[in-house]
Amino acid sequence: MIGDYTYSEFFSILAMQGFAGLILFSVFVLMALGLAIIFGQMGVINMAHGEFMILGAYVTYLCSTLVTTYLPAFFPYYFFLAMALAFVASFSLGVLVEWVLIRHLYRRPLDTLLATWGLSLVLQQFYRSVFGAREVGVTLPDWMMGSVSVSETIEVPLNGLFVMALTMIIALGVYFIMYRSSWGKRVRAVVQNRVMAGAVGINTKMVDRMTFGLGCGIAGIAGSAFTMIGSTGPTAGQLYIVDTFLVVVFGGAGSLIGTIASAFTISQAQSTMEFFLSGSMAKVLTLLTVVGILMLRPQGLFSLNIRR
Amino acid sequence: MPAAGFLFSKKEWLYFTILAALLLVVMPLAVDVFRLNLIGKYLTYAFVAIGLVLLWGGGGILSLGQGIFFGLGGYCMAMFLKLEASTPAATKIQSTPGIPDFMDWNQITALPSWWQPFYSLTFTIVAIILVPSFFAFVIGAAMFKRRVGGVYFAIITQAVAAILTILIIGQQGYTGGVNGITDLRTLHGWDIRTDSAKLILYFVNALLLIGVLLLAQSVRISKFGRLLIAMRDREDRVRFSGYDVANFKIFIFCLAAAISAIGGAMFTLQVGFMSPSFVGIVPSIEMVIFAAVGGRLSLFGAIYGALLVNAAKTTFSESFPELWLFAMGGLFIAVVMAFPFGLAGVVKDHVEPFFAKALARFSKPSPEPQPQAAE
Repeated sequence: MIGDYTYSEFFSILAMQGFAGLILFSVFVLMALGLAIIFGQMGVINMAHGEFMILGAYVTYLCSTLVTTYLPAFFPYYFFLAMALAFVASFSLGVLVEWVLIRHLYRRPLDTLLATWGLSLVLQQFYRSVFGAREVGVTLPDWMMGSVSVSETIEVPLNGLFVMALTMIIALGVYFIMYRSSWGKRVRAVVQNRVMAGAVGINTKMVDRMTFGLGCGIAGIAGSAFTMIGSTGPTAGQLYIVDTFLVVVFGGAGSLIGTIASAFTISQAQSTMEFFLSGSMAKVLTLLTVVGILMLRPQGLFSLNIRR
Repeated sequence: MPAAGFLFSKKEWLYFTILAALLLVVMPLAVDVFRLNLIGKYLTYAFVAIGLVLLWGGGGILSLGQGIFFGLGGYCMAMFLKLEASTPAATKIQSTPGIPDFMDWNQITALPSWWQPFYSLTFTIVAIILVPSFFAFVIGAAMFKRRVGGVYFAIITQAVAAILTILIIGQQGYTGGVNGITDLRTLHGWDIRTDSAKLILYFVNALLLIGVLLLAQSVRISKFGRLLIAMRDREDRVRFSGYDVANFKIFIFCLAAAISAIGGAMFTLQVGFMSPSFVGIVPSIEMVIFAAVGGRLSLFGAIYGALLVNAAKTTFSESFPELWLFAMGGLFIAVVMAFPFGLAGVVKDHVEPFFAKALARFSKPSPEPQPQAAE
């Protein structure tokens, strides 16, 4: 007996909290992957990253509404179309933003931070004007509803499983793009030595633009996945941005494995502590620990040894 | 850099006179007490902006957590005022008379020990300066000693601001939660809600601000101020010259924190409450824009920036609430892209040459170009 619970009940609670942590982990990873590409590879702080995510969420919401109205037969599969569209929308906006704003500010990282914050305010108000201030949710197709019973006391929701599977696929995809494709090789070459990369014929400006677009596009997919487990409001992106930055910095900028490892640590710590403490104290303790560790080890958990 | 002259150059003394006249004479005569109180509130943000000019413009360290220190100063003041407002006589309807009302609502039956010292005004005033400075020292020492700077520092200060906000909101029995500490009435028996008190507080605030401005200027023209600029531009060279860069950074971070805290305390006095909505990420980054609009290198600019942005915010959100975020976002982008030196830069590049030319045309033996304030 532990407190008022029997051992099997306690074990079930731990498992359920662990699973809740895994869903949080998936959201963190999806958001952080895009950020890790933009911040880790380019050194650009994109404070509007959350808003790119929300763009993906709103695109999914639009798709869900349109498909239910005009193409009900297609409804069970709309999600895959929505995700593709979310990626395209966020990617295009990302490329546009890079062209208008970011490319002028590569030498002034702190100013990029302020400018993208301004962009995030503009986007938030835009969403509010177009979609209204209330939170919107999408209707899930039937096959995503319900849950799987693992044992008598442990139930696993299907949409959570789907998000996790999606996270894994995208993480693998990013890994292949960054480390196994010739395009990824160019990106890493530009990160390691911009001048030399230019000298051997890589169009560094184009690489920058596409990298930024890719990061934003992944944020769009993250937003799309986000609609499956929560509702979307104009300011929802802002809630996650600091957590996500901490995930990336904690993992060690420039290291994808580090990002995933730190997303796992932070989300599991938070959701496990949430059971024992109040939600806010769990978050405070998690963030404090992360900040504390970062003070001792500023380069993060995993760091690349690059001569800058 | 300032030319010869005590503290300021001749031109800067002119700006200083214009500012002092504006704050101490023109404003009190031109607007009613309600608006004056609002202006007083804007000026409390100018303290933070001055701190940021020293820290960001001078030292190149961008802190996105100045709301932490503004809030800590404000909360210290609010705790004192709240204790004074919660006499056993005034709170006799509570189940535990003599403790702040929000504690009673949260089933707390005794005053926590860390609230006890705030019965003393002297302790409170000392705490307003020392608590934020100590906090800044801990953050600064941990970060700067390990040579963490730039965007990492910005993100971590932002995270600390988020942590503090969550903590304040979560521990509502001890802090008043999301509503903050409200219903503050008297300072040593002096009712701070009357018109005459508001007038006096405005002047106290304006004089303190001018004092802080002079202090900041004296820091800037000192050897330390020059080292700071050297560090901003070529940190390695300063380090190789044998200076301990981290200690200088810690000091300027603590100074900026203390200045912000004074602003926070004056905010509580003039507005009559303090809440976590002045601590978190969004207010902290807005404070940066005050300094950026005024010009990140200009102390005068910081004050005008805080005044202008806040006045615009009030006007916009009263008449076109849906446009305000567009305007604010646009302001961030415009300041960064088009006016990196803010109002002060515009004045220096366009207004000053214009007046110099005009003067040269009208009076042939021009004694001294007469520039105008940044308005």
